[in-house]
Amino acid sequence: MIVMTKDTMQIVREQDVVPFRNRVREYAVKIGMSLVNQTKLITAASELVRNMLKYASGGKVILEIISKNAQTGVRLTFVDEGPGISDIKQAMQDGFSTGRSLGLGLPGAKRLVNEFDIQSTPGTGTTVTITHWKHGR
Amino acid sequence: MNITSTILQKQKKKILEIWLQNQLADNALRDDLMTNDELSKQSDELLDALARAVKSGNVDNIYAAEFEQITDILSDVSITRARQGFSPRETATYVLSLKKAICSVMEEEYQDRPELLYKEISVINNLLDQLSIITFETFIKGREEVILRQTDEINEISTPVIRVWDGILALPIIGTLDSARTQIVMENLLQEIVNTGSNIAILDISGVPAVDSLVAQHLIKTVSATRLMGAECIISGIRAEIAQTIVHLGIDLSNIKTKASLASALQLAFSMSNVEVKKVQKNTGFGITR
Amino acid sequence: MDRIPILKMGPYLLVTIQIDLYDRVALNLENDLITMVSKTEAKGVLIDISAVSIVDSFMGRILGNIASMSRIMDAETVVVGMQPAVAITLVELGLTLQGVHTALNVEKGMELLQDMIGLHSSSTEDDEEGPDDRND
Repeated sequence: MIVMTKDTMQIVREQDVVPFRNRVREYAVKIGMSLVNQTKLITAASELVRNMLKYASGGKVILEIISKNAQTGVRLTFVDEGPGISDIKQAMQDGFSTGRSLGLGLPGAKRLVNEFDIQSTPGTGTTVTITHWKHGR
Repeated sequence: MNITSTILQKQKKKILEIWLQNQLADNALRDDLMTNDELSKQSDELLDALARAVKSGNVDNIYAAEFEQITDILSDVSITRARQGFSPRETATYVLSLKKAICSVMEEEYQDRPELLYKEISVINNLLDQLSIITFETFIKGREEVILRQTDEINEISTPVIRVWDGILALPIIGTLDSARTQIVMENLLQEIVNTGSNIAILDISGVPAVDSLVAQHLIKTVSATRLMGAECIISGIRAEIAQTIVHLGIDLSNIKTKASLASALQLAFSMSNVEVKKVQKNTGFGITR
Repeated sequence: MDRIPILKMGPYLLVTIQIDLYDRVALNLENDLITMVSKTEAKGVLIDISAVSIVDSFMGRILGNIASMSRIMDAETVVVGMQPAVAITLVELGLTLQGVHTALNVEKGMELLQDMIGLHSSSTEDDEEGPDDRND
């Protein structure tokens, strides 16, 4: 796997969400992703960044364009130092939420992208990595 | 192993000659796909790269940086061959015949020192076996790419959206409905709804061989997406056996409009858009009044 | 810009969202709309999202909230002009906006509102429209 472009964005306020989404779109357009796949990726990113703001009062996102097995894709890594998730399995279930939301954030984001990985240690923080390939598979 | 590398350098010409002979001797090799010049140029490059890599001394790990050039050339060769339609046998022979060539040159060189010969040959064996695995992996990947591209093309052409009436679209689905296909069906359908400003879409599944829970889920998704756009979706072409499986699997289609035939779906669509179809007394066939 | 303008057109309210909203603006919109519905006793709310490229679960919840709150105040909500890519993404996300009416564009949304409100009024009071011969 080769990383072609890499950038980091700090997310601390909700006003950072829209510029962040635009940046993700920029990356997706750069590799020629179709509109539907762009929308899926940005929506997933939006869900995750919102979670980060809500539960960990912010964090950082690493944006990368990667190439693996002759495929290009966008990989986003959301790193926060929040309270962490004690039961990941439960958090990945549709409709589960500790806040007042629909509980679609994590499971929904997972359904929208090709690859999804979540690591969390209670008390230390959470890292979510998503990858969406150019052709969406 | 520096012995191997010395031989590779010293006897490069000879090895190359035997190797090319070996390759050409294979009856199955078709010269229509590649000229002999190309073949010998490619082989020459690879042998150079191999000599350099072996010289570095690291022969156990072909994923080391020294071997990058070789794996690159090999991948390139196999992918090109896969696309050109070479058989797996031809592609495999490419690397395996190099093994034979090197071994035979070594045998000649060290026939008086069998111990050393054995050791060196087993090193070469090991190395080239790994290289042939790489060749094969990339060959298959190349073929998969070809298949994938063809699948895309089939998907594109097999999902036509037909405008059957002002404001009514029909989409006959033929073949299995997997998630990639659903994606394309949805995209085409929704885009066409926007383009034509249609209110009603008829999804005809008479050409779908079987409906399991996954296919049903895809249908439900398509209907939901159509509704989000502000259009209604009717599913038609539900055969008896499909109705049976749907009920046996416990799939709930109750909030989706379903019809047995395209004709009855069209009738429903007409009545939903306040269009009336009736026979005219004079036998001129059909007349439609709004 | 912190507020989205709300237009009053007869018994309806029309909102056109032209930018990607951040949360504060979306919440303001929810507040403002509901206040307007109660102040003007509007019968219908039309939200045009044709320029919106991303609807995530937060935005979806706002739309759902507006619809449910308006309904309690006897106003129907129609979301119009959703982009195909947005619709596909919402379905994949698992959000089907139950309880929200949808239409292809503002014109069709207006027709839909007229139909719904016409039906409402005909069930409660006398139907003043004459030549409407729909027989559902």
